[in-house]
Amino acid sequence: MERRTIKVDLLARVEGEGALRLTVQNNVVRDAELRIFEPPRFFEALLRGRSWTETPDIVARICGICPVAYQMSAVHALESIAGARLEGPLRDLRRLLYCGEWIESHALHVYMLHAPDFLGYQGSIDMARDHADLVRQGLALKKVGNEILEVLGGRAIHPVNVCLGGFYRAPRKRELLPLVEKLKRARDLACATVRWVAGFEFFDLERDYELVALRGPGEYPFNAGRIVSDKGLDIAVEDFPKHFQEEHVAHSNALHAHRRGGGAYLTGPLARYSLNSDQLSPLAKELAKEAGLGPVCKNPFRSIIVRAVELVYACDEALRLIETYQEPDRSAVAVQPRAGVGHAATEAPRGMLYHRYRIDAAGMIQEATIIPPTSQNQPSIEQDLRTFAGGWLDLDDDTLRLRCELAIRNHDPCISCATHFLKLDVVRD
Amino acid sequence: MTEAARRVVLGIGNADRGDDAVGCLVVRRLRGLAPAGVCIEEHDGEATLLLARFEQADAVWLIDAACSGSAPGTVRRLDCATDKLPASAGSSHGLGPAEAIALARALGCLPRSCIVYAIEGEAFGVGAPVSPQVEAAVEKVARAVLGEITAPA
Repeated sequence: MERRTIKVDLLARVEGEGALRLTVQNNVVRDAELRIFEPPRFFEALLRGRSWTETPDIVARICGICPVAYQMSAVHALESIAGARLEGPLRDLRRLLYCGEWIESHALHVYMLHAPDFLGYQGSIDMARDHADLVRQGLALKKVGNEILEVLGGRAIHPVNVCLGGFYRAPRKRELLPLVEKLKRARDLACATVRWVAGFEFFDLERDYELVALRGPGEYPFNAGRIVSDKGLDIAVEDFPKHFQEEHVAHSNALHAHRRGGGAYLTGPLARYSLNSDQLSPLAKELAKEAGLGPVCKNPFRSIIVRAVELVYACDEALRLIETYQEPDRSAVAVQPRAGVGHAATEAPRGMLYHRYRIDAAGMIQEATIIPPTSQNQPSIEQDLRTFAGGWLDLDDDTLRLRCELAIRNHDPCISCATHFLKLDVVRD
Repeated sequence: MTEAARRVVLGIGNADRGDDAVGCLVVRRLRGLAPAGVCIEEHDGEATLLLARFEQADAVWLIDAACSGSAPGTVRRLDCATDKLPASAGSSHGLGPAEAIALARALGCLPRSCIVYAIEGEAFGVGAPVSPQVEAAVEKVARAVLGEITAPA
């Protein structure tokens, strides 16, 4: 019996620390394990006994790439306990903040983490030696996302301006207007990004994922919507625990999420796009069509195109929100604590992020549950590997390893967030 | 930006992660002592933000914690013009200072002078105190950097 093991001991160009072990027996893939060994960080326990008002600043520290997502899921879950619902300019400002995060996260992933795979480089530094202009383009895009966070969030990483009920300080219109010209340039760069990545060579491989994302009326989802899937799921966010469950697996410090009574599912750009492509802006729709994307995309390798289309959308939407912005009377609505449980899901750049909190009448947190997108996507990423790697077994170990890494990076896993992390072992038996 | 303000000292790290705070502690020690026009900042080390900072500077001093297996508190001075910086050990979260310097070099935007002070750390736990050996290195590095930034450009 021939056994072949391919190991990636430390996956590069992913957020956090993890590894992959692929086991091949008699030229058949027997197993693929995404092993997350970054130590758990116990944020959920750390929140217990803290005041609900501290939550947005604590959870922002979970991730330097997607702090806004953690803040947004937290404040919406807690505000739902207080019965507060943000409308008008405050709701728009939260969408604008999320646009900033999508722009910086997607620009980083498309240009610095994922494109080198398609162009045959070890990483962005090698790519920069041959394609300095492209790397500068990616950095320029990311910078505009950072600037939105700076203006609205107080700083580019771990923003400090989000509070329960809104913001500590709402920006003046004149503070947002300088972003307009920058966003118009960024939108042009985002359109160029779609055309550039659409020209990459893609494997013609699809999977029949159950795609799960938020969907709400009249807008591409950031902060609100029902949880829907392409297999018929359509539930309110508070019903998430009835339909999804997390379980411990021995090979990972991250919990794995599954559909109750079902299997793996996928959140993130492919799901969001496939369930909401009709809600994109006209320009983003036009670019998606030009790039050859249909209304649904189940080829994970083409996720780089979807991210680029979402970059166009985020720039477009940010421009719309700034142009229509009217300064609110108050930067936050009053919220009063009461004993209860609140749930929220929002769309982090890499997928749906669910939070649940139970607080007492004084607003002290009794329980916190945080289910990041990477925990939800991990089983699907492993299934991608089990499915796709079978067709790649003729490759030598080094090439196979790179191919598997690409398949993982398709989903932009954020292992630090999920540790609830990554390294690649291919075991050939 | 004036010519003088194009000289920047960046203390890199997370003040709440034990010895990772050393970069921040050095620049805090330099505040009030640095000559006018030398910019003293704490920085979290995220590569793309560092690159943007490099583009606006002629001379940069980066003060950061290191983890190489040397004795805690060991100080290394690296000149990016002549010394090769060790690659970071795998990715943690995004790209860090070593990647920023390599990218800046590839993109042609590395400041004319880029000096790295790397101080060996021992413990990086959340909320952990700074180790005594690392604490002792703060004054030494602050004095060395002060000597460099007060010297004629």
